[in-house]
Amino acid sequence: MALVLSVFEQGMIYAIMALGMYITYKILDFPDMTVDGSFPMGAAITAILISRGMNPFIALPVCFMAGALVGVLTGLIHVKLRVRDLLSGIIMMTALYSVNLTIAGRANVPIYNRQTIFDNEFMNKIIPEALNPYKTLLVVTIITLVTKLLLDAYMATKSGFLLRAVGDNDTLVTSLGVDKGLVKIIGLAIANGLVALSGSIFAQQQRFFDISIGTGTAVIGLASVIIGTSLLKKVNFLKITTSVVIGSLIYKACVALAVRMGLPSSYLKFITAALFLLILVFGMDRNTKAKAKPQAADRSQL
Amino acid sequence: MIELKNISKYYNPGSVNELCLFDKFSLTVNDGEFVSVVGSNGSGKTSMLNIICGSIPIDSGNIIVNGTDITLKKDYLRHRRIGRVFQDPSKGTCPSMNILENMSIADNKGKPFDLGRGTNKAKVAYYQELLRPLNLGLEDKMYTQVGSLSGGQRQALSLLMSTMTPVEFLILDEHTAALDPKTAEIIMQLTGKIVKEKKLTTIMVTHNLRYAVEYGNRLVMMHEGTVIMDKSGSDKKAVETEEIMAIFNKISVECGN
Repeated sequence: MALVLSVFEQGMIYAIMALGMYITYKILDFPDMTVDGSFPMGAAITAILISRGMNPFIALPVCFMAGALVGVLTGLIHVKLRVRDLLSGIIMMTALYSVNLTIAGRANVPIYNRQTIFDNEFMNKIIPEALNPYKTLLVVTIITLVTKLLLDAYMATKSGFLLRAVGDNDTLVTSLGVDKGLVKIIGLAIANGLVALSGSIFAQQQRFFDISIGTGTAVIGLASVIIGTSLLKKVNFLKITTSVVIGSLIYKACVALAVRMGLPSSYLKFITAALFLLILVFGMDRNTKAKAKPQAADRSQL
Repeated sequence: MIELKNISKYYNPGSVNELCLFDKFSLTVNDGEFVSVVGSNGSGKTSMLNIICGSIPIDSGNIIVNGTDITLKKDYLRHRRIGRVFQDPSKGTCPSMNILENMSIADNKGKPFDLGRGTNKAKVAYYQELLRPLNLGLEDKMYTQVGSLSGGQRQALSLLMSTMTPVEFLILDEHTAALDPKTAEIIMQLTGKIVKEKKLTTIMVTHNLRYAVEYGNRLVMMHEGTVIMDKSGSDKKAVETEEIMAIFNKISVECGN
């Protein structure tokens, strides 16, 4: 039972990150490695703010803004300095490792005995004692769903339309008299904002920051997005963002199962990578970009 | 008015593969003109359109629109006054969005793309009225993904979308080349109608000599980066397809193909 609970908790937390990667990978067609740096950045900022006595809820918007800033920088490197998409992310990811160490001051910052968004006077008051084991899951689910709904709402705005158009056909965006580079930067900002937000919540759930938690973030995010969009593509009544959230839950469940079957936890990143490979092979999302596009197209209307 | 003055454009300058596309090329298109541009492959027709729209940079020369030099102006800023349709029907529309969303986004050109709702229910009827004259049944498919439409349907939609908002210039780059003859005919009739109604200054590159003769009030033939024939007004009206065909064959023979 504890295992199931932990899968759902972590799956929901990583789902916010996966929603960010859905924007970059599926909508903008931009493999964004920045997330390996922006996820732990959210965690680092949160650990520092909370250990200094800041309200844990304040940490959420702060981390979103910090992540958005990082996304803007990746975007500027790609758009203004004309560095290839993958390399722009790798440059930022590498630089952020040092930035995160500087923010946190050291490689590991525990925040035990501190208030978090899950454990504070307000939450303890409104959530009945009996639901205590499910408190974390409850809070996380609400945040993830609100994030998903906000993202859905944004995608239906004029600005959201441009974002969808720029990944689909950037010539059209230019024809509309809009700077396609700017639209890409906005997309990267929102995506990395979500990733840092996810990192913030993760640190609060784990009650510590560790410099290594960012390793493999991109792989986890991509795996969730691909499970969500490939495996669940037959389920037509689901919105694509919902599929991504479910994809994240499935992925976390698979990793947990592998650990449960006796693999030592030092193999965690290996499992993460091997599972991703399996998903790529069976999801057939490797060299079928051109073919995969219309499928994604069929879905996004729903 | 669009003026191209002494435009020079080289590909791979300084290398053995250096290719001179334009050497001091000049052309003036006056307001209200509908110019049909014909010419063999590699004559520089499409490059000329790309230069006007800012899609490719030039080495020297000036591009002047209504008296303002726009040589250094970014492509997306130039497109605010230009409607453009490409040969590839998929370039003018967004495949993953439906017809309503595509028309809404085109309708918003020139206005801010802010956090307002992307589609406006009240405008659906207006968009359907725009689609009805096409006789392609698109008005009943407002919620259909554009990616699942045929090339002809997408091109008709592209043409409508590119001229939905007030633009001064219409740039058509072989926009009927990828279509079957019947659909191409429909698209050309629509083009003629839109240009007339909206009084757009138009440049149309085409390989179809009949369309070049039938449509427009000026005909330009290009060859190896220069204008070798330029007829407008009554001269243009007198031009016959056979006559152009003859000149066309002559330059092709000279080239050795």
